[in-house]
Amino acid sequence: MSVAELLAGKRICVCAGSGGVGKTTTSAAIALGMAARGARVAVVTIDPAQRLANALGVEELPNQPHLVEPERLAAGLELRGQLWAMMLDPKRTFDDLIERLAPDAARAEAIKANRVYRELSSAVSGSQEFTAVAKLYELDQEHRFDLLVLDTPPSRNALEFLEAPQRLSSFLEGRGLRALSRPTGLGIRVLGRSASPFLAGLRRVTGVDLLTDLATFFQLLGDMTRDLNRRATEVEALLRADTTAFLLVTSAEREPIEEAIWFHRTLEHGGLPFAGVIVNRVHHDLLNGTDPQDLRPALRRLLGAELAARVAENFDDYHVLARRDRRNIERLAQALGEEPLLLVPQLEQDIHDAEGLLQMKRYLFASASERARLLADLVA
Amino acid sequence: MVRLLDKRLIFVTGKGGVGKSTVAAALGVLAARHGLRTVIAELSSQQRIQRLFDRYGPGFEELQLAPGLFTISIDPEHAMDEYLQVKVGALGHVLASSRLFQTLAMATPGMRELLSIGKVWELAQLHRRTEGGATYDLVIVDAPATGHGMGLLRTPRTFADIARVGPIAHQGRTIAETIADPEFTGVIAVATPEEMPVNETLALCQALEREQLALDLVVLNALYPVRFGPAELDQLADALGRSRSPMSRSALRAALAEHARARTQREQEARLKAGVNGRLIELPYVFAEQLGSGELAMLADALGAGLGGRRR
Repeated sequence: MSVAELLAGKRICVCAGSGGVGKTTTSAAIALGMAARGARVAVVTIDPAQRLANALGVEELPNQPHLVEPERLAAGLELRGQLWAMMLDPKRTFDDLIERLAPDAARAEAIKANRVYRELSSAVSGSQEFTAVAKLYELDQEHRFDLLVLDTPPSRNALEFLEAPQRLSSFLEGRGLRALSRPTGLGIRVLGRSASPFLAGLRRVTGVDLLTDLATFFQLLGDMTRDLNRRATEVEALLRADTTAFLLVTSAEREPIEEAIWFHRTLEHGGLPFAGVIVNRVHHDLLNGTDPQDLRPALRRLLGAELAARVAENFDDYHVLARRDRRNIERLAQALGEEPLLLVPQLEQDIHDAEGLLQMKRYLFASASERARLLADLVA
Repeated sequence: MVRLLDKRLIFVTGKGGVGKSTVAAALGVLAARHGLRTVIAELSSQQRIQRLFDRYGPGFEELQLAPGLFTISIDPEHAMDEYLQVKVGALGHVLASSRLFQTLAMATPGMRELLSIGKVWELAQLHRRTEGGATYDLVIVDAPATGHGMGLLRTPRTFADIARVGPIAHQGRTIAETIADPEFTGVIAVATPEEMPVNETLALCQALEREQLALDLVVLNALYPVRFGPAELDQLADALGRSRSPMSRSALRAALAEHARARTQREQEARLKAGVNGRLIELPYVFAEQLGSGELAMLADALGAGLGGRRR
């Protein structure tokens, strides 16, 4: 199974998973592989390593896709399609959204200056997740690309990616809070003498001034909440569409695997289109069923007793990790049932650069026979 | 300077995947060995700590892992119920059961963070507000990844500023003062010797400085051993050229590859050391199929040796 098969007929690929598993490089490698096959692809990265950012040139154009010259990645590299890449700027995406929806420039400025908005659009409250999806939607609306690949923010857990935008939308739509913005309605009563124990409680817990800021904020948003609401519904529909694919990215270590299992269950539960799991940095078994003890005499002859012992020890340690990985992957496979599972070996090079990108692409897009050959190369 | 284990509240943060939970657990083991009644608070409701100790419980209540060592999973919704009951009494029940209130409160930016950190603060109090809550000598927080972790530390101050008056402002200020007090609170950053985790740790140092918070310790986790010297590498390469046995060749290539990894790690180690001023403890890569009590004890030994000296 190759990524090309998993993404056949898809227009959006969301790469999700816990932090530190190579999600950004994997997203870029997927985009590169699909571009090599003739598609116009844009990859939205969140926080790429410096060398990967340089390789993709994402810093040259702020918050907009930028065409990547293949030569930039490797001399002589040719793509049948096009690879576009961008780095998400959450604050800017949020500001753009407000500017687009605001009836006039003065209103947009007033909103951007509001304290609640400033807090809302800062990195803390799930705005990376919210804006990542907002950007995805915006690019999808433009119809400039055959495929959009989204790298997801380094959330505390993978699920946060799905929950944070919903939380933020429900805040923006918040009916109760919007009531505060009506100049003659609840707002006045809340800010003045509270009528109900509910509002008294709200005030006692949150403090009056917070409510004033919120009231101003919602007053400023006014009708825009309707547009935000509509967009949120459309974004939700986009993520659920059968032309969207969620790919889970993980390493073979225990915790990321546990999280992938959990995330898969959540996607299934929520009826979101799950396409498969990519397991990075797998330590493949290099022993091929041989007893490592048989190796020692040969190594001793080559290297002398002392150095041979250390080489053997290194090999043993490597295979502890190979056994660990196998065990975790078996657990994952069991939880996934028939779902596709793609393994990428621990690569010798650092994956955060163009070379790592190309190597990863080779594994992700290999046919069954190519994959067998690549793995055989690891051994001999 | 206050010794790390003399503090009452320690945040363990770092990029995702660097082993924050493992370091928090090992630190917990070390603290309990020193006779401190310790609780490790998890904020991601993922039960990582429970898995590490292979002890499972409902989570939102304190669960004993070992003598003197406990864990708790902090959940904002749960913390909200507790807070309301303590703060607003009977009205709390009404509010807590109001769906509208729950939705609004939970959706208010930063509220989840504030509630989580509020619960952490409560755990660290000598006089617990939770009915029947026993006092802890030390609370270790297995905090969210760096960006969110920083947000968590900043939240109380932000709330105090936004709300200005009222109970939340007051509560925010109290918690912010506790966090800013180096006698009371410590921050540990965990990194692995790789480019991105090192970048994040260096960025965290600066971010903490801006907030006038101190980084007490950097733990460089999962450092590969350098097993071979330069002359030996030539020997290995030479042997690889001569050997015909696929097995020997595999072993030699693995030796060269793992050595290359160890060398790259040393470059990142140097970059980290140059960028953080202050204490740094290195923990070895643990070659184990699964981390268990034996591995945690070994890591606790290494942390203890790094922290040096006996506690007062």
